[in-house]
Amino acid sequence: MQPTNVANPSYFHKVVDCQWACPAHTPVPEYIRLIGQGRYSDAYMVNWVSNVFPGILGRTCDRPCEPACRRARVEQSNGEHPEPVAICRLKRVAADMKGDVSKRLPRLAPRNGKRIACIGAGPASLTVARDLAPLGYEVTVFDGEVKAGGFIRTQIPRFRLPESVIDEETGYILDLGVVFKSGQRIESMRALMAQGFDAVFVGCGAPRGRDLELPGRHEAAQNIHIGIDWLASVSFGHITSIGKRVIVLGGGNTAMDCCRSARRLGGTEVKVIVRSGFDEMKASPWEKEDARHEGIPIINFHAPKSFEHSHGQLTGMTFEVVKAVYDAQGQRSLVPTGEPDVLVECDAVLIAVGQENAFPWIERESGIEFDKWSLPKLDKDTFQSTVPNVFFGGDSAFGPKNIITAVAHGHEAAVSMDLFLHGEDIRQRPDPTTNLLSAKMGIHEWSYDNDTSNDHRFKVPWAKAEMALANIRVEVELGFDAATAFKEASRCLNCDVQTVFTAPACIECDACVDICPMDCISFTLNADEPDLRTRLKAPALNQTQDLYVSGALKTGRVMVKDEDVCLHCGLCAERCPTGAWDMQKFLLEPALAGASCRDRKKDSQLPGVVA
Amino acid sequence: MTYLAKPRLHHPSLTVNKVGYTRRDYEGKISTLCAGCGHDSISAAIIQACWELDIEPHRVAKLSGIGCSSKTPDYFLGASHGFNTVHGRMPSVLTGANLANRELLYLGISGDGDSASIGLGQFAHAMRRGVRMVYIVEDNGVYGLTKGQFSATADRGSKSKKGAINSDSPVDLIGMALQLGATYVARGFSGDKAQLVPLIKGAIGHGGAAFIDVISPCIAFNNHAGSTKCYDYVREHNEAVNRIDVITPRSEITTDYAPGDVMDVLQHDGRMLRLRKLHDGYDPTNRLAAMNHVQTHQAHGEVVTGLLYVDTDASDLHEALNTSTAPLNTLGRQELCPGARELAKLNAALHCGG
Repeated sequence: MQPTNVANPSYFHKVVDCQWACPAHTPVPEYIRLIGQGRYSDAYMVNWVSNVFPGILGRTCDRPCEPACRRARVEQSNGEHPEPVAICRLKRVAADMKGDVSKRLPRLAPRNGKRIACIGAGPASLTVARDLAPLGYEVTVFDGEVKAGGFIRTQIPRFRLPESVIDEETGYILDLGVVFKSGQRIESMRALMAQGFDAVFVGCGAPRGRDLELPGRHEAAQNIHIGIDWLASVSFGHITSIGKRVIVLGGGNTAMDCCRSARRLGGTEVKVIVRSGFDEMKASPWEKEDARHEGIPIINFHAPKSFEHSHGQLTGMTFEVVKAVYDAQGQRSLVPTGEPDVLVECDAVLIAVGQENAFPWIERESGIEFDKWSLPKLDKDTFQSTVPNVFFGGDSAFGPKNIITAVAHGHEAAVSMDLFLHGEDIRQRPDPTTNLLSAKMGIHEWSYDNDTSNDHRFKVPWAKAEMALANIRVEVELGFDAATAFKEASRCLNCDVQTVFTAPACIECDACVDICPMDCISFTLNADEPDLRTRLKAPALNQTQDLYVSGALKTGRVMVKDEDVCLHCGLCAERCPTGAWDMQKFLLEPALAGASCRDRKKDSQLPGVVA
Repeated sequence: MTYLAKPRLHHPSLTVNKVGYTRRDYEGKISTLCAGCGHDSISAAIIQACWELDIEPHRVAKLSGIGCSSKTPDYFLGASHGFNTVHGRMPSVLTGANLANRELLYLGISGDGDSASIGLGQFAHAMRRGVRMVYIVEDNGVYGLTKGQFSATADRGSKSKKGAINSDSPVDLIGMALQLGATYVARGFSGDKAQLVPLIKGAIGHGGAAFIDVISPCIAFNNHAGSTKCYDYVREHNEAVNRIDVITPRSEITTDYAPGDVMDVLQHDGRMLRLRKLHDGYDPTNRLAAMNHVQTHQAHGEVVTGLLYVDTDASDLHEALNTSTAPLNTLGRQELCPGARELAKLNAALHCGG
C-alpha cells in the first residue's frame, strides 16, 4: 500500500466516525469533552454554530452519529450489549444546562442591500436565515403557520419536544433581524419572484402525507386520518381524542409518533401494523423501542387490503399476510403466504406510510424544472435549481429525510447564495477549516482524559408511565442529570485526538505494539491492502475503516495501524521513546457562508500577493 | 513510565486458548520501565509464548533478582507465582523452589548485572547442575538503574553514552552456558519477536537447564552509535543460525522444505522443534561446533542468534539426585515417616560397605 496521506483532511475526519456520519459534520467529541468539563454553554455554542438546533436535535435527532460511534465496535465481545455513546442525549444536556447564551449570538451586521426570501420556516429555511442574516442580508421567512419551526412544531409530539424549546431556538434565529411573515402561505412562486428578492430559498418540506386508496377508504373516511395532518391537528389542539382501538399503518418514525400520540388521547388498544419485517422498518430502533415500551405491539408482514365499515362507521381492516422473498440480486419482494386474511377490528386508522413533495404553488412557467418524481431539478452540491437565484433545501429538495439533513442543506445553500450574490462561482465549494495540534502536555499528561471508561451506556430516566400516558404534553424523557452526563461523556473515546505517526523517528522497538490494548498496530512487510488486512496482529476485517500505513522504515517494514477499534487512549504515544507517535487533536469545521468562503479572488488581487 | 492502567477493553477478535484464557489474561501490571525499553518486548514475547502453549498461569513460578530486568516479572503473568530475590541470587532460590516442587514451570528472569556481575557464580552453578528452568537474561550491556555505566557484558571497545570507551573484556554468558553444560542455549533480540517467541516456547518445553540471552537495547543509556547493544548495531550484525517452528504433536505440518534444510528436535513436552537452517552446515546438537561457531563470528563483531545448542537427550537435577517425584508439600506422614522397618533397611544398606 501507498503511505497514507494524513494531510488530506478527510483521512482524519473519517476517523472521527460520529462527525463523519453527521450530515452537518458537528464536531461531536469536541462538545462531549466540554460537557464532561461542565462547560455546557461552550458545548451548546459548538453545536449551535454547526447544527443550529441543539435543544431540538438533542431530543429528536435521527442521530446517524450513534450507529457510527466507535464505542459500539470497541465494546464488542467486551460485554453483553455493545452500545454507542449517548451522543444525542448529551447534546440535550448542553442545551438543558447551559447559561444565558444570548451575548454569544452573532451581532446584527449592517445591511448589505441584498434581500432573500425563505419559503417555509422549517429547519432548512431557518438555517439559511441563521447563516445569512448576520452577514447583512435582509432575510424574509414566509410560513403558513403562526409560529416558526415547520414540521418540528407541527408534527413532533410535545411529549418528545416541549414547545418552549422550539420557541427558544427558533427565537434565537428570528432575533437576528430576520423578518418573519407568519400566516402567509406562499401560493404563487411567480408572485413571490415578482417581489424583487435577490434570491429565493425553498424550504417548504414534504408536506403531503401519502394516502392509501383501498376499498372502503371513502366510506369510512371519518375515522381514517393521514398521519402527519393528524399530528399537526393534535399539536395545535384541534384534535384531543381518538377512538379506543387504533391501527397505525406504516413503519417509519411518523408511525411511531402517531401511535404514541394516540395512546395518550384515549387509544387504549393501539397497534402498529406494517407490511415489511420488523427489522426492515424505517423507524429508528430507539423509537420502536419507545413505542413497545408504552405497550404498543408492532405487527409485521401484514399488507393492508381493505377498510371494513358499516353504516359509514369504520369497523376494522383486513390484511393479507405476506413474507419476504429475496431474488438472486438480493432484491426483496413481499409475497402472500397463502394464509387466510386477517381482520383487525378498530375504531380509527392513522395512515403513516410516507410523505410526498408537492409544489402546486410553483408555476411551471417560472422556469423551475422538475424531474419525473416531481422533485425539483437541482445541483446536488449547490442546491441551485434551474432558475439561478432559486435554491432548495431540506425535504423539499430530495424528498423526506430528517432535521439534521435539512440543517446541512441549509448551510450549503447559504454558502451557494452568498457566493452567487457576490458574483462568484458557486461550483467552487469552500474547504473546511482544519486544525491538528499536539495534545501533549507532559510525559504522561494530555490535554484530554485518555483513561478509557469501562462504563456501559447510561439510560436516560423517564417520566412515570402513568403520568406520561395521561397527558400528551408531559415530556417522557427527563434528560441526564449532571453526574450521569459526566459519566456518559467519559465513555466518549475522543476519536478526534488522532494517533499521528512520524516514520523517520521510529526505531521499531515494538513498544506501541506491546502496549496497544486493542492490537491495532503492526510492523510488517508491505503488501496490497487485502493481503495486509489478514496479516496484522489482529485481523482488520472492517473494510469501512482505513488502514494507516507508514512509509518504509529502517528494516524495510512498514507500520500499519487499523483504525477500526482504536481507543485513542494514547498509550502508544506514552510508550514511544522517540515521539514517533503523538496524539494530536484534529478539529474540522465545515465552511459556513461568509467572507472566508468567497475572498480568494480578492486575495489574489491584493498588492504583493502572487496568485 | 506510564501511570494509566492498560484499558481492560480488548480487540473483538481476541480468542481464548485451550485452557480458556486470552492473551490479555497473561499480562501483568503496567510497566514502569522507560518508554521503549527492550525488556517490555521480552515480557510481551513471554506472554505470547505462554498463551500459545496453553500454559495455566498458576502452574508457573517466575523468579528474579534485582535490576530493571528483574522488575519485569511484575509486568507479565499477573496470575502466576513470583519471587523477587536478593541481587544475583535468583538461581539458588529457584533451585530450592524447583527441588521442593518439580511440577511448576520455572521462569528465571535476570539481567546482565544480576547474572554476569553479582550473580555470576549463581548463574554458573545453576547451569552446571542442570536445574530445569527457563533462564532469561535481558542483556543490555549497561547499568540502567544507576544511569549508564558499562555492565559486565559490554563489549570491549564499545562506547558509553557519555563517550567513554570500555576497556574490559565482556563476560560471554552464551559461551559459559555452553561450557558449563546448559542443554538448551539460545540468543534472541527484543526487536525480533518472530524469532524470540519460538525460542522461549522451545525453552519452556525443554527438559533441562535452558538459557536464553536476549539482547535488549536500553533506550535511555545504551542506544547510540558506538554501542554494540543498540537497535541499529544488532540489526546490522544479526547472524541468525536458524529459525524455529514449534510444532504441537497433532498439528499438521504444511510447509515443505528441501531435505537437509530442516532439522526436527523432539522436545521433553512432546512438541517438535522444527529448525530451519540459515547457515550451511550448522549443527545445533553439536556443543563443540556451536562454541566454535559463536566464538568465530563474535570475533568479527557479529551477533549470533537463534537456537545455538540443544541436547535432545537432556536430563535435570532431579534425575541426578533421584528425588521425590511428587512435590514435597504433597507428601504425607506415610511417605515422610515410613517406619522402623524402612529405617532398619536404610541403616543396613549404610553398613554393608563397612
